[in-house]
Amino acid sequence: MNKLITVAPSPHVFGEQSVKKIMLGVIIALTPALFCSVYYFGWGAIIVTLVSVISCLITEFLIQKFLLKGNLTITDGTAIVTGLLLAFNLPGNLPVWIIILGAVVSIGVGKMTFGGLGNNPFNPALVGRVFLMISFPVQMTTWPLPLGFKTGYADAVTGATPLGILKEGLRNGDQMSQIMEELPGYKDLFYGHIGGSIGEMAAIALLLGMLYLLVKKIITWHIPISIMLTIVLFTGILWLVNPEKNADPLFHLLSGGILLGAIFMATDYVTSPMTPAGMWIFGIGIGIITVLIRVFGAYPEGVSFAILIMNAFVPLINRYVKPKRFGEKIDYE
Amino acid sequence: MEALKTFKKGGVHPPENKLSAGAPIRVLPLPDQVYIPISQHLGAPAEAKVDKGDVVKTGQLIASLHGFVSANIHSSVSGKVQKIDLVPDSSGYKRTTIIIKAEGDEWMNGIDRSPEINPVITASPEEIRKKIMENGIVGLGGATFPSHVKLSLPRGKKVDTLIINGVECEPYLTADHRLMLEKGPEIVVGIKLLMKVLGVSRGMIGIEHNKPDAIEQFNQILEGEPDISVHALKVKYPQGGEKQLIKALINREVPARGLPIDVGAIVHNVGTTFAVYEAIQKNKPLIERVVTVTGYNLQNPSNYLVRIGTPVSKLVEAVGGLPEDTGKIISGGPMMGKALSNTDVPVVKGTTGILIIPENQSRRKNIHPCIRCAKCISVCPQGLEPYLLMAMTQKEMLENLEMNNIMDCIECGSCSYICPSNRPLLDYIRLGKTTVGKMISTRKN
Repeated sequence: MNKLITVAPSPHVFGEQSVKKIMLGVIIALTPALFCSVYYFGWGAIIVTLVSVISCLITEFLIQKFLLKGNLTITDGTAIVTGLLLAFNLPGNLPVWIIILGAVVSIGVGKMTFGGLGNNPFNPALVGRVFLMISFPVQMTTWPLPLGFKTGYADAVTGATPLGILKEGLRNGDQMSQIMEELPGYKDLFYGHIGGSIGEMAAIALLLGMLYLLVKKIITWHIPISIMLTIVLFTGILWLVNPEKNADPLFHLLSGGILLGAIFMATDYVTSPMTPAGMWIFGIGIGIITVLIRVFGAYPEGVSFAILIMNAFVPLINRYVKPKRFGEKIDYE
Repeated sequence: MEALKTFKKGGVHPPENKLSAGAPIRVLPLPDQVYIPISQHLGAPAEAKVDKGDVVKTGQLIASLHGFVSANIHSSVSGKVQKIDLVPDSSGYKRTTIIIKAEGDEWMNGIDRSPEINPVITASPEEIRKKIMENGIVGLGGATFPSHVKLSLPRGKKVDTLIINGVECEPYLTADHRLMLEKGPEIVVGIKLLMKVLGVSRGMIGIEHNKPDAIEQFNQILEGEPDISVHALKVKYPQGGEKQLIKALINREVPARGLPIDVGAIVHNVGTTFAVYEAIQKNKPLIERVVTVTGYNLQNPSNYLVRIGTPVSKLVEAVGGLPEDTGKIISGGPMMGKALSNTDVPVVKGTTGILIIPENQSRRKNIHPCIRCAKCISVCPQGLEPYLLMAMTQKEMLENLEMNNIMDCIECGSCSYICPSNRPLLDYIRLGKTTVGKMISTRKN
């Protein structure tokens, strides 16, 4: 035998998964929400999404090529996902230069400063979003109404988000029953016929995406379900104690970015815990902080901050919450 | 029908690829020359008892066990000892090997080569154990642990269940499957022999349900045998791991770093059980075994009864030679087998199969950064964190590796299999295990 053959340690077969395929799966899971956002916000949704995704790709490309001088990584799809998620967290009439700035901060500061994929402690899209929220509070809280293609981009008709109406009403000392009259019904919340960031409104589209991620085993149920359960429980208790001053749990769950955050942002592999028990701690933390910000804080909306705060605890959670070792407890005498 | 059992923690589902499942066991023609290493088992190498020029018969003892954890070695052919030399085995290391030139096939007296099944058990437990030791029986699932050691219970330990491992969870391999189909009654006698040695009244055969014919066959044979039962298991790798199989069948968890006997169970492979039958009822030493020769580019993937010491090249010739685009030759299955550097190495007691992998599937893919997807954690059957063990090995954090239970790793390869970033997790964990193992043994001294 004079042919060269490969000698390598086992295993000799490998699964079909790859980073690229996982990212493609996430993108597929995001498409129903993308379609909904285009349906409700028309050109606004298309422009915001395109600008965000393309700027993320260009930022990563430039940093890899000229600063890190490493292998080009933009083909792995992670920058596209970051771009999509950032866009989904922005209002549909945001000036283009602000979107570009957000993308540069997301990828440049949120991801590449730490060494690129796999090394960033915070969710890059949320880093960009929160940076914009603090830097451009006016533009970031001017929400176009869901009028589809019937409205322009820069001159869109704007209005408040359901959470904004709630916060404003409570601040004025209004009773819940009065505020509820101004709020959209649950059907509108469920189908996304409300104002808000372009990708956060249509509960049904986001839940469809979750179903896909679960079936494809891209995520496990632990993080989204623990966040939703915590929020329902916490707001439920507040609502039962004082229904005139607190919105009901279903309203909280369907409004703002809770579904988007719980399903797509908090489940980011790199910035979430690795064990089921750790995921529960992470999810409960996000749920509690979100409700605290919404109910007691100055912002009407709190998921982004909650996720970022819990991101910071992930290394600690990974360090102390270990998987159950086989044969740890002796169950036979 | 009872619900399919399985182990709970971790596991993967590699494509089964049991190409040779329908190929009956055929006898491979005798080779001209056999290469019999004196160490084919876990534990101390045997001591050679023959010299260059000696004439030996088939089944004659040619190397005897050295110490308790060791095993006898018998000649698999009749002929003349050519020389005793250092020859590389499947691991690539050179081992002392007895090379015998085959002349005819003259067997030792007293070995019953008739095909009749002998179901009458007359030997006492002590005699059975002694014969298992004399005939050089070791674990044929691949681990090659000397069987007589497993059957000698340490003082104070009690066993209540004998588990027969018919899982064959490695993809491609079908040697155990064919043996179960063709030698079912003999295996059942073997189970009774093992139960008698251990003094247990419960015997269980575990078979994954991708072998329904084998399960059905044992169900029929075992009618009227209340002490022995056969159980269908879900298909999941690494169910053939001792600890995983015990968990699946009797829901007991072998303590970390402990042995099956700590939970009252002993596990033997079906191949071993058949060898035990032959050793006791037919007086036949372990000189041949069933080996699967398989791969997608082979003309007929097959199962052969092969004399120990036969060069792998003879097996490959029997299936039509190496295909043009051979990229890798594996001794064993694709998950835990060893890649061979050539086909001159001999078939030994632990050789379960020879797998030929084409060139386009034999290279690893490019390594990407860890994205902390935690898939390695979720598939680890031992509840470890492979990503962490790899990182700690790279940074030589030995104490941390020990604290994170690196020594619990059974090297099943599920983590490397599942990693979407193609990271060589098990490679590093093996390295870490070796280093930590050395550290632990120096501490003891």
